[in-house]
Amino acid sequence: MIRMENIHKSFGNNHVLRGMTLEVEKGTSMVIIGGSGTGKSVALKIILGLIKPDSGRILVDGKDAATGDRDAFLARFGMLFQGGALFDSLSVWQNVAFRLLRGSLKRPPEEARAVAIEKLRRVGLKPEVADLFPAELSGGMQKRVGLARAIAAEPEIIFFDEPTTGLDPIMSGVINELIREIVVEMGATAITITHDMTSVRAIADNVAMLHDGVIKWTGPVSEMDNSGDPYLDQFIHGRAEGPIEAVR
Amino acid sequence: MNPIAALERLGHATLGSLALVGRMTIFALSAFSHILRPPFYPREIAMALLNIGWLSLPVVGLTAIFTGGALALQIYAGGSRFNAESVVPQIVAIGMVRELGPVLVGLMIAARVTSSIAAEIATMKVTEQIDALVTLSTHPVKYLIAPRVLAALVMVPFLVGVGDVIGIAGGYAVGVQNLGFNAAAYLQNTVDFLEMRDVVSSLAKGAAFGVIAALMGCYYGMESGRGAQGVGRATKGSVEAAAILILAANFVLTGVFFSL
Ligand SMILES: Nc1ncnc2c1ncn2[C@@H]1O[C@H](COP(=O)(O)OP(=O)(O)O)[C@@H](O)[C@H]1O
Ligand SMILES: [Mg+2]
Repeated sequence: MIRMENIHKSFGNNHVLRGMTLEVEKGTSMVIIGGSGTGKSVALKIILGLIKPDSGRILVDGKDAATGDRDAFLARFGMLFQGGALFDSLSVWQNVAFRLLRGSLKRPPEEARAVAIEKLRRVGLKPEVADLFPAELSGGMQKRVGLARAIAAEPEIIFFDEPTTGLDPIMSGVINELIREIVVEMGATAITITHDMTSVRAIADNVAMLHDGVIKWTGPVSEMDNSGDPYLDQFIHGRAEGPIEAVR
Repeated sequence: MNPIAALERLGHATLGSLALVGRMTIFALSAFSHILRPPFYPREIAMALLNIGWLSLPVVGLTAIFTGGALALQIYAGGSRFNAESVVPQIVAIGMVRELGPVLVGLMIAARVTSSIAAEIATMKVTEQIDALVTLSTHPVKYLIAPRVLAALVMVPFLVGVGDVIGIAGGYAVGVQNLGFNAAAYLQNTVDFLEMRDVVSSLAKGAAFGVIAALMGCYYGMESGRGAQGVGRATKGSVEAAAILILAANFVLTGVFFSL
């Protein structure tokens, strides 16, 4: 279980998170929605300890994430970054197999390569892509390589930051199914950030909406349409008029 | 401006630079501690050795040969004013080995290596590659910084040695071709005149300048602000800092080796 407790975070005068509290049960899929620039990516980075919150706590399985063995903590996570964040000095398969080529999960290179090619296939990429470099791929392909890297070591907890942004509708469908599979078959805990309402319905067990630095609404995806929450309604129907200002 | 405000500004500036020196020192200590502790990344170390050492040879060689040649011409012209033209081999040797070799190689490394390290690491920072490294259980200091600092520590003394030899060769070529020196006598004078201390100081300076150059590239890269502008600022700052620190360190090391 992951719990964010009353998290505050400012960058200079920009008060991004203002007491965000969120709970994600083990083995469930949480989707965070919210306008761009509301701090969704920052929230995921705070859970991983990449950004230090100004106040508040992160609990993973009841233990404070700021204490304890950081390597063991990170070994449980996989993360797809919003921009892909592929290492451009390494080929595609070396990116995907990064964890399997060094450190505690190290395996022989041929085996790591085979795993990488299998993961690439799962995100809809052909084996020929394995030896290309990230700069030779389109944005959507880079995103999928990032996804393959996030799942390569089969982590228990996976974060997906906008996994389908920049993909065509068919590929989005493939990725949505993949994320669903990872949660159902591997029993992983997932947090996904997305703006794509089709994805939300395909991936989510639970939905949380971040606005003004706090979670404005959270609940099972089945209750999303009848929440009666004006913020959530405006967001899921994409209306320009409503309590959320269009200029932010 | 009233005196209190002026004093306050001075205080802020002083505290600011002290804090910067403190952060750089902590950064350097962490880099060295990671050089010594496993895991090691042989591929990264090999790439850094290649980039910092081998691929810098052309620029170092060209810098040294022209400088050695110009030095010989100047010493000849200057020396002839009081009938001391014959000191060309000795002064070229001392000038190259003690000062110009290490300083010019150091500055070329700052231009070539510091800037590229800073731009590369800053870009990685800006595109979340550093964050990705951390989430893949890899320490950025160990993976990115330790190999570069280690490679510079090993390779820059080597480059300085090469620069010294090529600089002396440049002086020799000009001396023998244009200034009428006897080839064998020129070499004999050079070898006789140089002391062990000259060579040791040259290589020691190379090691110090290499570490400074690599550390500044890494430090400014890791501290980069966001966006293309952040990368630009990081690169500029790293080269400025490396060049100034190299010249300052040269002054201190010359004092240590030659005035004690
Ligand atoms: N490292 C940083 N330094 C300064 N400001 C940041 C940083 N990271 C994010 N921000 C700011 O925090 C806000 C939220 O960013 P982000 O979490 O990326 O938004 P989103 O919800 O679209 O993912 C933005 O205003 C952004 O400019
Ligand atoms: Mg984001």
